[in-house]
Amino acid sequence: MSKRLNLTLSVWRQAGPSAPGSFMTYHAKNIPDDASFLEMLDIVNEELIETGEVPIEFPHDCREGICGTCGVMINGRAHGQEKGTAACQLHMRKFSDGDTIVIEPWRARAFPIVRDLVVDRSPLDKIVAAGGYVSAPTGTAQDANETPIPKEVADSAMDAAACIGCGACVAACPNSAAQLFTSAKLWHLNSLPQGQAERFRRTEHMVETMEQFFGSCTNHGECTEACPKEISQDFIAYMNRDYIKSQIVNRKLAGQK
Amino acid sequence: MAAPTTTSAVTGGNSASRPLRPTQRKLPFPASLYQTAVGKKWVMALTGLMLIGFVLVHMAGNLKLYLGVVQHQGELIYDADAYGESLRELLVPIVPRTHLLWVLRLGLIGAFVLHIHSAYSLTRMNLATNFAYESKRDWLAANFASRSMRYTGVIFLAYLIFHLADLTWGLIPGYEWERGEIQHNVVGSLSNPVVAIIYVVANLALAMHIYHGIYSMFQSLGINNPRYNQLRRPLAIGVATIVLVGNVSFPIAVLTNIIEYDPSLLAG
Amino acid sequence: MLPDSKIPEGPMADKWDNHRFNIKLVNPANKRKFTVLVVGSGLAGSSAAATLAELGYNVEVFTFHDSPRRAHSIAAQGGINAAKNYRNDGDSIYRLFYDTVKGGDFRSREANVYRLAQVSVDIIDQMAAQGVPFAREYGGLLDNRSFGGAQVSRTFYARGQTGQQLLLGAYQQMMRQVNEGKVTLHTRMEMLDVVKKDGEACGIVCRNLTTGEITSHSGHAVVLATGGYGNVFYLSTNAMACNVTAAWRAHRKGAYFANPCYTQIHPTCIPASDEFQSKLTLMSESLRNDGRIWVPRSPDETRTARDIPEADRYYYLEEKYPSFGNLVPRDVASRNAKTVVDQGLGVGPLKNGVYLDFADAIARDGRDTIESRYSNLFQMYERITGEDPYSVPMRIYPATHYTMGGLWVDYNLMTSVPGLYACGEANFSDHGANRLGASALMQGLADGYFVLPYTIGDHLAPRLGQSPVSLDDDVFVKAQAEVEARTQRFLSIRGTRSPEHFHRELGKLVWDYIGMARDRNGLEKAVTEIRALRDEFWADLRVLGDADGLNSSLEKAGRVADFFELAELMARDALDREESCGGHFRVESQTEEGEALRDDESYSHVSAWEWHDPDTPQTKHAEQLDFVEVKPSQRSYK
Repeated sequence: MSKRLNLTLSVWRQAGPSAPGSFMTYHAKNIPDDASFLEMLDIVNEELIETGEVPIEFPHDCREGICGTCGVMINGRAHGQEKGTAACQLHMRKFSDGDTIVIEPWRARAFPIVRDLVVDRSPLDKIVAAGGYVSAPTGTAQDANETPIPKEVADSAMDAAACIGCGACVAACPNSAAQLFTSAKLWHLNSLPQGQAERFRRTEHMVETMEQFFGSCTNHGECTEACPKEISQDFIAYMNRDYIKSQIVNRKLAGQK
Repeated sequence: MAAPTTTSAVTGGNSASRPLRPTQRKLPFPASLYQTAVGKKWVMALTGLMLIGFVLVHMAGNLKLYLGVVQHQGELIYDADAYGESLRELLVPIVPRTHLLWVLRLGLIGAFVLHIHSAYSLTRMNLATNFAYESKRDWLAANFASRSMRYTGVIFLAYLIFHLADLTWGLIPGYEWERGEIQHNVVGSLSNPVVAIIYVVANLALAMHIYHGIYSMFQSLGINNPRYNQLRRPLAIGVATIVLVGNVSFPIAVLTNIIEYDPSLLAG
Repeated sequence: MLPDSKIPEGPMADKWDNHRFNIKLVNPANKRKFTVLVVGSGLAGSSAAATLAELGYNVEVFTFHDSPRRAHSIAAQGGINAAKNYRNDGDSIYRLFYDTVKGGDFRSREANVYRLAQVSVDIIDQMAAQGVPFAREYGGLLDNRSFGGAQVSRTFYARGQTGQQLLLGAYQQMMRQVNEGKVTLHTRMEMLDVVKKDGEACGIVCRNLTTGEITSHSGHAVVLATGGYGNVFYLSTNAMACNVTAAWRAHRKGAYFANPCYTQIHPTCIPASDEFQSKLTLMSESLRNDGRIWVPRSPDETRTARDIPEADRYYYLEEKYPSFGNLVPRDVASRNAKTVVDQGLGVGPLKNGVYLDFADAIARDGRDTIESRYSNLFQMYERITGEDPYSVPMRIYPATHYTMGGLWVDYNLMTSVPGLYACGEANFSDHGANRLGASALMQGLADGYFVLPYTIGDHLAPRLGQSPVSLDDDVFVKAQAEVEARTQRFLSIRGTRSPEHFHRELGKLVWDYIGMARDRNGLEKAVTEIRALRDEFWADLRVLGDADGLNSSLEKAGRVADFFELAELMARDALDREESCGGHFRVESQTEEGEALRDDESYSHVSAWEWHDPDTPQTKHAEQLDFVEVKPSQRSYK
């Protein structure tokens, strides 16, 4: 039988985007250590409902670490203390009986709080909309094996494409920068042959959209540490390089006014 | 029922998040580069590299303080003073005396201005985008050096003004400042323990600044190769250590009389 | 009356071409005069929205997620099938078609399946062109693997995250259209009703989940790409928010619901560890290639797995199916696990699992080899259970994974309501009674990219010049008022039990009576017990907070309410279908060896159910299935 834990939670509660918020203390009693962090919150919420208190809103969906919906600061760390693990895959056996757990939503000016622990991450979609695609309308594709892609290149693109868009990189960054998110998408597409035609245009548009919402990179490295997919900061360097290239050797300027 | 939300073209009806900065009109190249944060970081890295170059050369030049008096064009002269003179005479007779030095100084001043301005505007940008946590953060990768860049930078800038006022312009009382007499001025200034302590503290700040600066520079410039990436930290530690050891040795050497100024040696 | 299924004439291989030639087209310049509403942003929804916008239609996309990329298509691990025959191993469109019809236990439409196999080839090309980082070989060409017992290697994959990468591809393509202004994206908007005028779908009613505002949206056609209903089981591999509400609201507005009893149970999931468990996690089926499945012979076994000697271990699959052993198909593996657990032989603290043991494989191939094959799965298992599968056997148990049933659609993917379409897992069309591995991604993308964007023209073309129904029209005003009333009703019950509680209780009933093995007795009991629980739900539900902002209990209440009605229909459908086929196993209908026994005489049809009202059982319409190309046969894995 699993062990049971008694915990003290300090949870950020906020009724709406412009409502004032504060930490509230809850006692999570008799939590099985096989439960995931989010299941622990489920148990607390069930008890809240029983006592007539409005349950805590927290972001979650797939609970298998791939959809990117979940994400809160747990004791000052994005997604909690387990490296390379989203909050939904963090299990209570990593905590000890009697622990106090502080739970706070992602904080960034670009991520306004919707309610309690839920924030609005839509600027990340705006960055993708600005150029995070290969323009290949349905029906225009050539045979998939027409363009060989070296395995190493495909693997590297896949490393970058593994991003789940949870926003932990922004949350962990002291500047609320979205460089890791943006550069991962850029490297995924910029490193592949399919992405070459739009490479510099894409980089320019995505970087400039990103900067409308997010801060600048000061190379702390908190983003990679927080990332549940452990996406490398190296991609940020590649993004910087491609952006400078897009400005200095911008091919679209050749022969044009 | 709540008020209807406005619909934005990009992400539809339900986003409360609006751009924090308006889109700027694009300036012509290369000013356009400096309009974005990525471009500013690039400029910061390049100017930082120039400044590190200056710091290293400055320190190497100062090592001449250890050489004492040498024979120079038939005269006995402190080697440091001779070095100072040689800087003024760079490329003479192709260009008149001190002209090239002024070109270098202007370049340096330009680099400083850009370095400081980019840091200032990026800091403002980051203060505007960031939203502080109410609970205590647990830093995993950020180190003291990386988080204190803006402070070490400001400390060193303040020191730099003092340093110029002290040794270049002779505005700080405490010893008899003489234009061009490097050995005399340095020993005069650093003999004061208070000045020596200021000097050491400023160089500690500088070394930390350089440590994170060098590591960070590669990322900002987009120089990244997984094969060599592991060399970035050692390089940053190495350069920072050289600067720190070299520069801090001067006040210690002055206070322990390893570096001296003795006018009688010049009489001979 | 069941509408015509519109299966085109002609030889199987030409049907789709003939159909595309015969259906009506909308002139490119006129496409911008039409608005299509797409609900759901998974593989089918995103790909349909992107393609419709590329063609020139105005598209509005609605998702209840905070970003379209969160849709649960993202969690598919294994891969996507395509009849490319890149391996030169004899694959062909016909073979993929044949395997899918047979795998579906002869309960799918041949013409639909053939079309699916045809367009599978284009999907891979399309996704590769979009930059999906499929696995490659050193020569730079695409890699394949064999999947789910297929005899050819036709599965394309991107590590263990194929669904994620394909969804991101479709999502990105859609975001490009958002940027161009052709797609308007509505995030955190949950569709709560379909609106009809003169018998045709003309719009939807949504609730804005952040502000609580209820709004109507009008268009020339409505596409539902809202996924499956596996969460009716409470514990499933679906995401927490997956639900049947959109499809069910459409059903209540006249769309027939087909084959609800066809649900797929996946054999290799991590068993629940306690009552609190909120979902089950799937582990790739590939584990069965090297793991041996067993339970102790005695229900009173107290020793740890490693201490149980060979003689006291019951390798039930290897004993019962000597030739296929641990690699029997999903439904067979699942059912046998249930049998041994029901006999009290289960393992683990709750005796609710069976062992999947890698000790022999590690002894044979070495730990390194096993690690290179499964390290990410072993890691995931360890993270969830806290046990190290290298030293103790894994515990696994089947869990609901996919639902083959869904809204009835014709060959054009249109439901029985004109102008209302369903694609992806939300429709019933291609998998029959059982889905083959790596076919879900294929079907979602086939529908969204290559089928719906053409077939929708057949409905739209004659309506050129008609403007969408005004939002001031009575039909919208009435529908919106109904949705508001229903939302308020949840809040006003003020009972004692949370929506979560009712969902969990419902899930237990569905799992026990409409799970892996079903019998008349249990199903009849299910109908009455589900009804009783439903009445309790409407009397004793407690939803706190208000309707003016984010309130996930309120959202959940609406979804659970619809699950109740669906669960009852599942039970009725399962009762009605007195045969076993694919994911539907009636205990009364099995071979002597305990295999599923079909009754092609009586049940070679699709059961499409027509809604009346909450207290009147639905009426069944049967669509006869004719097998011209593939003759039904009995499966055997001995």
